Amino acid sequence: MSKTASKPKKAAAKDKAAEEHLVPIFVMGKRYEVPDSLTIQKALEYAGYQLVRGCGCRGGICGACGTVFRYPASYRIEVGLACQTVVQPDMYIAQVPFFPGNKAVYDIESLPAVGGTIAALYPEVFKCVGCGTCTRSCPMDIDVLGYISKAIQGDIAAVAEGSFDCVMCGLCASRCPAEEVQYNIAVLARRLYARHIVPKAKHLERAVKAVEDKAFDKALRELKAKSLDELKKIYKGLETEPDMADDSWAPQDKSYLGE
Amino acid sequence: MPYTPELRELIKRVEKTRPARVEKKRAGVEFTPMSLQEREAILKYHPDFKEDGRTEILVGPNKGYRIAKEMVSLLHAKSRLDPDAVDLGQVDFETDVLVIGAGGAGSSAALLARENGARVLMATKLRIGDANTMMAEGGIQAATKTGKDSPYYHYLDAMGGGHFKNDPELVETLVVEAPKVMAWLEKLGAMFSKYEDGRLKAMHGGGTSRKRMHYAGDITGAEMMRTLRDEVKNHPDDIKILEFSPAVELILNEQGACAGAVLYNLETEEYFVVKAKATILATGGSGRLHIQDFMTTNHYGATGDGLILGYRAGVPLRFLHTVQYHPTGAVFPEQAEGLLITEKFRGAGANVLNIDGEQFVYEREPRDVESAAFIRECLERGKGVPTPTGKFGVWLDSPMIDVLKGEGTVRKEFPGKWILFHRYGIDITKEPMLVYPTLHYQNGGLEIDRRTGTVVPGLFAAGEVSGGIHGENRLMGNSLLDVVVFGRIAGCAAAEYAQSAPRDGALTLDHVRAYHKALEAGRIPAEGQVAPMLLPDYSNPEVRKKQLTTKYHGTLR
Repeated sequence: MSKTASKPKKAAAKDKAAEEHLVPIFVMGKRYEVPDSLTIQKALEYAGYQLVRGCGCRGGICGACGTVFRYPASYRIEVGLACQTVVQPDMYIAQVPFFPGNKAVYDIESLPAVGGTIAALYPEVFKCVGCGTCTRSCPMDIDVLGYISKAIQGDIAAVAEGSFDCVMCGLCASRCPAEEVQYNIAVLARRLYARHIVPKAKHLERAVKAVEDKAFDKALRELKAKSLDELKKIYKGLETEPDMADDSWAPQDKSYLGE
Repeated sequence: MPYTPELRELIKRVEKTRPARVEKKRAGVEFTPMSLQEREAILKYHPDFKEDGRTEILVGPNKGYRIAKEMVSLLHAKSRLDPDAVDLGQVDFETDVLVIGAGGAGSSAALLARENGARVLMATKLRIGDANTMMAEGGIQAATKTGKDSPYYHYLDAMGGGHFKNDPELVETLVVEAPKVMAWLEKLGAMFSKYEDGRLKAMHGGGTSRKRMHYAGDITGAEMMRTLRDEVKNHPDDIKILEFSPAVELILNEQGACAGAVLYNLETEEYFVVKAKATILATGGSGRLHIQDFMTTNHYGATGDGLILGYRAGVPLRFLHTVQYHPTGAVFPEQAEGLLITEKFRGAGANVLNIDGEQFVYEREPRDVESAAFIRECLERGKGVPTPTGKFGVWLDSPMIDVLKGEGTVRKEFPGKWILFHRYGIDITKEPMLVYPTLHYQNGGLEIDRRTGTVVPGLFAAGEVSGGIHGENRLMGNSLLDVVVFGRIAGCAAAEYAQSAPRDGALTLDHVRAYHKALEAGRIPAEGQVAPMLLPDYSNPEVRKKQLTTKYHGTLR
């Protein structure tokens, strides 16, 4: 996790304290010495880089900082998020700030929520060789191969549920020998699932109808006209739904429920 | 980075008091919430009340207004541009609606502007979706549960949270539009957490009288942003996206209307002129200014750019004297410092505890009150939990959620946090989290009306860059709502304005010249700073010292 916090001068002070634990890393092959407590992202900054690409939320959720690296004494290529991965001595690092992944263009409203839709928009899904590199690459520990198998079977719900934690960093696609763009297949499946398969919220329809019928306009107009003291009094008197209550709970005062 | 033996020892005190606290929770007995008077009294511990943290704005429409020093120093800085160096006769892009920013507000605005017949150009500093929206975790408020909730209660909660200072018109718009926004997101296929029959799950947040916080696991903002981004990209003919191209100045025309912006290509370092019939500022917040040296939950690009652009063009600021500190930012392990721990943990029942494992505050006070209580507990009462890096925190008792609501609840409801802490060797279903307030939200911003219009014709503002909706303190779940409600309205309003044959005229940067003159006349020392900042500076100062041939303009070359 990046030390999102510190101002530059503080970071410098802290980094000085850590200087005794400097370790060498190789950024695109070039050697720098950085404190061993830093994430790859902070290490790049310590080395003197000012990040423009390859840096986003600095908290592991936006997927901007996909990075490829290799540890010494290993032939294996590893990947991870720069803001989440702590440096190790002698690691070789290169960022993948952009990946030219294929994205289908569609109208979610008119797309049929059937398994064949994924195959029609992303026919390359069938090229999957089942190697599992995607799953091993995922910084969110998602079973990517698992949901791609479900996509091949046309199980939209399983793709949607299985890919829910995806940050769309693109590392799976960058390593895929079949040139799949897993994260775009996943977002398609989630949207199809949520739009067409999951039942609609009936209470939401009722709530929308109530505001469209202007059911609260009068009550709100009156509230807006209240003096500060009156407003505070009403606020203090509000009944609070108990923590452990469920949807069957109803307040004593039903005057402002628009019913 | 698992807990140290010292911290493990202290966790035992939390475990010791847990069974009794769980029993109380089950019986509906809560730690007594503060009265309005008590809330007011404790706020003196809030960073907003630190007088030396603020200073006066000496120029522009809010001359005399005292806000955070870090913001004022940007307002007192010169433009990145020499207005005379820009050839406004050479227009690089022409569009109906220019949307500046591509987070939740910008994306919603672009979609609605398109739907209303406008050609849209979206210019953004980083990538589309790189925004605080993506990082919002807990949820989105909307009174959708008919039978127990309505916009009436949502209105009252939002006003109470904002100390009754909010703009009533904007709050009314927020709460009335809320159910429509949820229906729109549902229709776009955002995967909210639902029961099998399709009912939206809902929780409490700090300061809510009804459970109306809807969510998508613990990555609500990310799910909304992934969906909105995908939808924007489904209209490549009507919505053009320019990434890594922040706006550095608005362009007006001789009629005094906004007529576009100057963009800066962060990679080629070129400037571009965009001519637009209507312009929407949706640039987000400013956590990366690290006000009072606080750590922040905000995105890398949250440097308050839109405030500067709008202010120079004459748009007044509101409610910037208050800044929101999220009560629960991680303070352990060090790599997670500043990271947002969603309020949903407290909504789900997790208590907040001091070093003795004792409750000292009700866990669902409004954010400013909750933060102030943490700061008092740590700094004045000396009951904070010391961290290995010399900071203090309080415990957030996540394990009690599983005890209350069944084994597996934490993993299911907080998958993002579970995996993150799991990587550090901390199991949040068994061990509590150590937290402290972190800079989270810009409560105020540019003054807008209920159609997101500003005092400058043709200039609209939506989302965190605007001010008034949340008064002096925003409630959880009202920002994800705000960005979509007002983003959509801005898109409609801008498209309408663009079609209403806006007054055309020669393009000008005279407002920038005038602003520079006012700075000079007031002998305001700019300290070599330029604004907008665009990106924070975390690069190594030792390295910078040796960059002998590089000239920096502010934080960038």
